[in-house]
Amino acid sequence: MTGAGMAPRDFLTDRLMLGLVVLVALVLGMPSLKPLFATLFPRLDRPLYEAESFVSLTLDHMALVGASSLAAIMLGGGAGIAVTRPWGREFRGLLETVATMGQTFPPVAVLALAVPVMGFGPEPALIALTLYALLPVVENTVAGLDGVPAPVLDSARGLGMGPAEVLFRVELPLAAPVILAGIRTAVIINVGTAAIASTVGAKTLGLPIIVGLNGSNQAYVIQGALIVAALAVVIDAGFDRLAGWLTRWSQR
Amino acid sequence: MHNRVALLMVLAAAVAAMALPFLGFAPNRLLSGRPVPLWAAVQGLGGAAALLPGLVLLATPFLRPTRAGIGLTVAAGGLFTAGLVWLAGAQAAALAQGASAAARTSFASGFWVMAAAGLLTAIDAARRLGLGAIGRMAVGGAVAALVALQLASGHLDALSILKEYANRREIFADAVLRHATLVVAALVPTLLIGIPLGVAAHRVQAVGRAVFPVLNVVQTVPSIALFGLLMAPLAALGAMLPGTGISGVGPLPAVIALTLYSLLPIVRNTAVGLDGVPAPVREAARGMGLTPRQIFLRVDLPLALPVFLSGLRITVVQAVGLAAVAALIGAGGLGAIMFQGLFANALDLVLLGAVPVILLAVAADALLSIGIAAATHSIGVLPGKSAP
Repeated sequence: MTGAGMAPRDFLTDRLMLGLVVLVALVLGMPSLKPLFATLFPRLDRPLYEAESFVSLTLDHMALVGASSLAAIMLGGGAGIAVTRPWGREFRGLLETVATMGQTFPPVAVLALAVPVMGFGPEPALIALTLYALLPVVENTVAGLDGVPAPVLDSARGLGMGPAEVLFRVELPLAAPVILAGIRTAVIINVGTAAIASTVGAKTLGLPIIVGLNGSNQAYVIQGALIVAALAVVIDAGFDRLAGWLTRWSQR
Repeated sequence: MHNRVALLMVLAAAVAAMALPFLGFAPNRLLSGRPVPLWAAVQGLGGAAALLPGLVLLATPFLRPTRAGIGLTVAAGGLFTAGLVWLAGAQAAALAQGASAAARTSFASGFWVMAAAGLLTAIDAARRLGLGAIGRMAVGGAVAALVALQLASGHLDALSILKEYANRREIFADAVLRHATLVVAALVPTLLIGIPLGVAAHRVQAVGRAVFPVLNVVQTVPSIALFGLLMAPLAALGAMLPGTGISGVGPLPAVIALTLYSLLPIVRNTAVGLDGVPAPVREAARGMGLTPRQIFLRVDLPLALPVFLSGLRITVVQAVGLAAVAALIGAGGLGAIMFQGLFANALDLVLLGAVPVILLAVAADALLSIGIAAATHSIGVLPGKSAP
């Protein structure tokens, strides 16, 4: 689909490629838009956020989202697998209760509550984002593994597969699209919460927005908002593409 | 060993009791406090009595899984959590004597771990008793009522979060009202636009194909970015139309953004709910001589109601959280208290803003869950969802 023979029209209707181009152009080209912002907001002394480069803010933002999502996938996926095994079944109710209850907690409140416990800085943001991302991952891992038809499991065991083999070669591949949907929810929420994490001292793309809001500098707000919105749309489109591949692969 | 969940919770609580601070005591609200361990907080007969459910809790992993045994586990877990709150209140009052008025006693990590362990043990045991979601909510509600009782009696007044509350009673009441108003103000246009759009998406496929991708992208955009991007156009509009009160900051952009986010669950669940009404039921109604209007009101609406209500639940819970973020663009509400605390490094203020936001979301979720259960009950078991 993204082969070399792609026609220009396909390229324009491809949400992922288009978004990626817009994102890279915004991140790299924001400084050259300074005259534009100066014209739009003539009353501002500093029409461009220059305290940090947008490249480094974007990378920091992605690192925070990536690290917390990765931790959540390992922990949440592990917990989801554990409670669907015979020896862990007893903990399933508990895990489901925590996952449903926890998801009614607004992410911004979880983020704020991490500060009294851990202080300011990137650490509380990392912990809060990880905890919050755990919940959809756990929920969908359990749902995905549950959805594997019993006859399929029986025939896999009949073929002489051990429990680990059944898990890795049958259950996880079949559950992968549902698990991926949970990861997608978690990552998209995290992109937004990471932006708000600038209020607790993490350096992310939310920083120009927060600085701009506090100092009535609308140009800063727009610059941060445009990039973070583009980043979220690109990541979502990436998951869309990944989900398509995975569905085709797991149905093979 | 009969209850491994209780065992895990008891172990977590025991480790927290020994290794983590129960409370923090600080000379004023800006300094970090010295830790107060649980054993130092247990004073006198009352303190010992408050910890009694904790002793019972230690035995719960080994109780036989009879109704009495599990019932005792529910009671022990719930009362343990309520007892911890009582203990914190009593110790805060004791510490306040002989200290300056600026001194602060706040919950510390050990309290949170133990309180969560007690509550989760109770809720898990309630599930083992065969209680449904509503029954488990009632267990949580009973613990909340015990805490509310202590709150109302003034027993907790010496805790820092309530000192912050006492300092800004009126601001707090205004913030809660403002927060709820923002959510409701967004809900009205959401329902007025969302329900007709959902009905249209159900009847004409092309509508759904046009609307859902747009709403999905909106849902993807982080809230803080959407708030920020709405500011400049609204400010420009306000400058062009002076006297209309349109402005880039304040409640207007907040309500617009909240409405944009709220549309997706409402439109989607209205359409999905209507899609789920079985065709034979509609035909039977037509055969009985009902007019299209009557079919819509008497067949489609009640049958689609549970799915619609779960969309409403997602919308309201989400809006409560987003309204907190809207404080950043000057919309007020509980988020304003929360962010004021974060920017001023006043952590008790953060709690005073964040905890009610969570409580509002949980309360809205519980109320709408009860509504969904009632709506599902009133139409009987849905076809295809019958119990095995």
